[in-house]
Amino acid sequence: MAECSGIDSNPSSHTMDKSITLPPDEIFRNLENAKRFAIDIGGSLTKLAYYSTVQHKVAKVRSFDHTAKEAASDKLYEISVQEEVTARLHFIKFENAYIETCLDFIKDHLVNTETKVIKATGGGAHKFKELIERKLGLKVDKEDEMTCLIKGCNFVLKNIPHEAFVYAKHADSEFRFQTTNPDIFPYLLVNIGSGVSIVKVEAEDKFERIGGSSIGGGTFWGLGALLTKTKRFDELLQLASKGQHTNVDMLVKDIYGGSYGCLGLTGDLIASSFGKSATADKEFSKEDMAKSLLHMISNDIGQLACLYAKLHNLSRVYFGGFFIRGHPVTMHTITYSINFFTKGEVQALFLRHEGYLGAIGAFLKGAEEDNPNQYSWGENYAGSSGLMSVSPDMNPMQRARSGTFDMLEMDRLERQLVNLPLLQDPSSYIPDTVDLTEDALAREYWLYCFEEALDGVVKRAVASQPDMLEAALRAEKFRQKYRHKLQTLRHQPFAYGSLTVRSLLDTREHCLNEFNFPDPYSKIKQRENDVALKYYQKAVKSLEELSWEERQFALVRGVLAGNVFDWGAKAVSDVLESDPEFGFEEAKRQLEDCVVFLSERPWLVDSYNQWLERMKGPPHKCALFFVDNSGVDIILGVMPFVRELLSRGTEVVLASNSGPALNDVTNGELQILTERIAAMDPVIQAGLRDDRLMLVQSGSSSPCLDLSRLDKVLAMVVRERQTDLVIIEGMGRAIHTNYYAMLSCESLKMAVIKNSWLADRLGGKLFSVVFKYEVPAGKPSQDCETSTPS
Amino acid sequence: MAFNGHQRDDDTVDEDETPTKQPRSNKEMPGYFRSEPGSEAAAPAGRATPDRRSSNATARHRSDSVKKTRPPFPWFGMDIGGTLVKLVYFEPKDITAEEEQEEVENLKSIRRYLTSNTAYGKTGIRDVHLQLQDLTLCGRTGNLHFIRFPTHDLPAFLQMGRNKHFSSLHTTLCATGGGAYKFESDFRTMADLQLHKLDELDCLIRGVLYIDSVVSSGPSECYYFENPTEPDRCVQKPYTLENPYPLLLVNIGSGVSILAVYSENNYKRVTGTSLGGGTFLGLCCLLTGCSTFEEALEMASLGESTRVDKLVRDIYGGDYERFGLPGWAVASSFGNMMSKEKRESVSKEDLARATLVTITNNIGSITRMCALNENIERVVFVGNFLRVNTLSMKLLAYAMDYWSKGQLKALFLRHEGYFGAVGALLELLHPS
Repeated sequence: MAECSGIDSNPSSHTMDKSITLPPDEIFRNLENAKRFAIDIGGSLTKLAYYSTVQHKVAKVRSFDHTAKEAASDKLYEISVQEEVTARLHFIKFENAYIETCLDFIKDHLVNTETKVIKATGGGAHKFKELIERKLGLKVDKEDEMTCLIKGCNFVLKNIPHEAFVYAKHADSEFRFQTTNPDIFPYLLVNIGSGVSIVKVEAEDKFERIGGSSIGGGTFWGLGALLTKTKRFDELLQLASKGQHTNVDMLVKDIYGGSYGCLGLTGDLIASSFGKSATADKEFSKEDMAKSLLHMISNDIGQLACLYAKLHNLSRVYFGGFFIRGHPVTMHTITYSINFFTKGEVQALFLRHEGYLGAIGAFLKGAEEDNPNQYSWGENYAGSSGLMSVSPDMNPMQRARSGTFDMLEMDRLERQLVNLPLLQDPSSYIPDTVDLTEDALAREYWLYCFEEALDGVVKRAVASQPDMLEAALRAEKFRQKYRHKLQTLRHQPFAYGSLTVRSLLDTREHCLNEFNFPDPYSKIKQRENDVALKYYQKAVKSLEELSWEERQFALVRGVLAGNVFDWGAKAVSDVLESDPEFGFEEAKRQLEDCVVFLSERPWLVDSYNQWLERMKGPPHKCALFFVDNSGVDIILGVMPFVRELLSRGTEVVLASNSGPALNDVTNGELQILTERIAAMDPVIQAGLRDDRLMLVQSGSSSPCLDLSRLDKVLAMVVRERQTDLVIIEGMGRAIHTNYYAMLSCESLKMAVIKNSWLADRLGGKLFSVVFKYEVPAGKPSQDCETSTPS
Repeated sequence: MAFNGHQRDDDTVDEDETPTKQPRSNKEMPGYFRSEPGSEAAAPAGRATPDRRSSNATARHRSDSVKKTRPPFPWFGMDIGGTLVKLVYFEPKDITAEEEQEEVENLKSIRRYLTSNTAYGKTGIRDVHLQLQDLTLCGRTGNLHFIRFPTHDLPAFLQMGRNKHFSSLHTTLCATGGGAYKFESDFRTMADLQLHKLDELDCLIRGVLYIDSVVSSGPSECYYFENPTEPDRCVQKPYTLENPYPLLLVNIGSGVSILAVYSENNYKRVTGTSLGGGTFLGLCCLLTGCSTFEEALEMASLGESTRVDKLVRDIYGGDYERFGLPGWAVASSFGNMMSKEKRESVSKEDLARATLVTITNNIGSITRMCALNENIERVVFVGNFLRVNTLSMKLLAYAMDYWSKGQLKALFLRHEGYFGAVGALLELLHPS
């Protein structure tokens, strides 16, 4: 059965202090606006879900009305901070012992009175029905456990990248996260509660319980309690992790003296669980018995799961339920069993948010009229606890404590996110170049790097809101929050899926937003855009004076030189920060080192010659350009390049961030900048007028780029325009991510490596250039135009 | 998946002490002509031997040639498992006076010792009710005896062999089971005996097919339970194992092996599980303090597993209709034992019963899945876990029938745990 249901006495209540004071700004956040509650009450844990809206300060840019001749400002556009309301899902997990305290707390803080019902699931739902109705004044509406579980499972698999993982106890990183496969069906869900349910899921609303077993978590707990006189589940696991099953089990070698060679059964295999206790008249240690029991149950479940997977021809098998719930001991034994019985053909998969599935599903049942499945959702790293530390050395009591209030927050994304249609193989696409969960050295470096940079980010955040007195206080809270996240990640790199430079950057953005620093770089971006615009015409003119071949090189160098101006790179921001009133020329001089590098070919990665050859050929049909920084980068680097493409007859789609991240140009800013450039430049103007230059948003608010989660509109445009060239610019988008991304059309990745450690790793020096032009195998570049429609 | 029907079984009385069952007579070994051509029709058709209707003259000739290749007495087959040693012994009853004189004293003494006792030492037992009378093997007529003792008493057995100068008889001791490998050197050093080691699964299948073919009168070797889902009407019925292939052979000893058998020489081990008879007894010993299989079974027959297991109705108040789970099905084996109060209120008998039900149902589940994956509808359960264990057999019969909606048939064999040893004996007489 699904949950560990109807357990009469709470196994942990006697050790827990029930009278806790709940910190209101840390858990049950945003209760004021909460509506649509759902609750999943299991044998020991309660999971509460609610929908809420969050008011956020967001930076908006608005073009000045230039016809009015505002002499007061020579600025391009104005920046205003507005309140924006976004939808957020909150999920909180806590021990059943706290249920009453929590219900009281919710009642006291609940403002919204429209809510009339609470969806409930889990074996304990009926037991607490009366309490919930009395405390909250909401009608309890029970939902089927299995339906909720499956609904929740589909939801997390679709919306949370790196939700599923393979567990490998002895590998460099214990967790190997799976890339999000857009096609999640069919799969097998093996839910190990007190018993085991095996469910085949074929589509969103199509699933079937194809089998099960009565030997499950309840058997481990019940039989374990009888054998070892240990009452708590966690303690039993703790005992098991210290035991030697070979003292209790009869192994093949106990019968054969060695292996049973002709059947390929090695001597260490268990021939008969508890077989030794049947013949030897002696005392067995608690640890050994618990271990033997754990093996017996895990192997049995694994064997049945394999038999069902084989019968129904399924290769994706997810395991969940309280028996698993992040316990390394059980994940290991289940994984071992699956490997043994399928000879590696089937992998045991686990889920990061497995404990929340029932609550998520119950919530979704109740929210059907809002149709949450039509949106894309994203895990909020600032508000989510992440996967608990599962170090076996950790005291089980501590573990239970730290797990007392576990949270998951998911933001509804403004746009629905889909794959870039030009990915060669979406199921094997991994955005990130280095997985820091596996690469300990790189992890060390980047965690250090982000911690070092924290002071600067805090300073920048405060400086961005000079009129607000409490900004310093908020910035300090941000510092604590982000530092805590970094510390957590140091010990549990797997907390939010694979740790990557991208996830570190995104976590920082989430934390900044959480404390209402929506766009710390808005003013810097504004100033830089202003300055750069002044040079635009001069830059274009000097380019036009060059010969065709010289111009091509100058254009590329321009993009690369512009890309050096990046506040996200420490080596650069130090220079820029040193002189707040910097002038463009001043900074340029200071970064001369770098500019020298740009002219020194061959670059670290250099396929410029192939690119030049290609440019001599027929024009591309349509180029998709993922842009990076504001200011010099976009205005003096990217725009002239775009201009050249347009002049050749290539349509251009400029993809920029939907929301702010560092000094990256946002879609809002780019709209204004492009208008201003169009006013100066007839080529750009014609492009806009004839709809041959298009600005779209990427759907992202990250300095990096995940090509599997892009705005649906962008994907549509890419398909409609028969895009045959993808240009990705900048370190975040072309090096930290997508360096190895394989596209089905031509691609150009351009970046300057503004980090000496990374440059060193790639075999170059600081400010090394990556210019990677790729044509997919079997597609000669010259043939690309053949698909051009009439 | 609990079966909460007939908890009390009248059949669970140990049959070992009641050697009053009909002995079988006039059996023949396939491929060899028997000396009394009177009852030949008894052999199952599917296994009829091509030369069985040959003339007496041919028989005589063959008999002579057999004599030349016939191994010297005594004839033993041995299966040394994880828990029990199974021994089959052929006692020739057609010994001529001449032979009697020639027979060495050692051989005579072994024969007398084995056949005049039903118990050996403290733990050795001869299953008299299983004895096969007047069997013809290699042209010799005699009785086949079935003897067992715990594997941990093997040293005592070897000591006896030494005392009785077994090695002087120059016989080959055919042995199978893991112990044939594990104790090979002990046989050599302690009793000066050379083991002829045989694969246990080969022996098992050979033994099953042979015994089924030679038992023709008295209680049928193969049987099943009619109306397994209705406790009141559930009765044991004989079954003729004609055209037995393909069949799933489930051997439940200390552990469990599941074989798909397509013909006498074509089989594969599909899978196995470590939750077997050893687990039942091991857990019972730990949970109840008992020390023998019989004791554990006796307790189980008196207990009530529903006090220990959490049933579907304990969670849902009745059937879980959404998934077609009946309220009486076990949702969680030992699930009620998560609660302290319930742990304190159960009896040892309840725990023994729950252990038996858990292990048996699990074997049933795995078997059923294997049958589906292999597309086989007939399942034969053997092994010493089923000895005097009607409770488990009825549970298996029930589980096969209920969960397959009548598609699967559970079959059982009277000589439960001895087939490996029989197969070893056959190897001695007719090396393959």
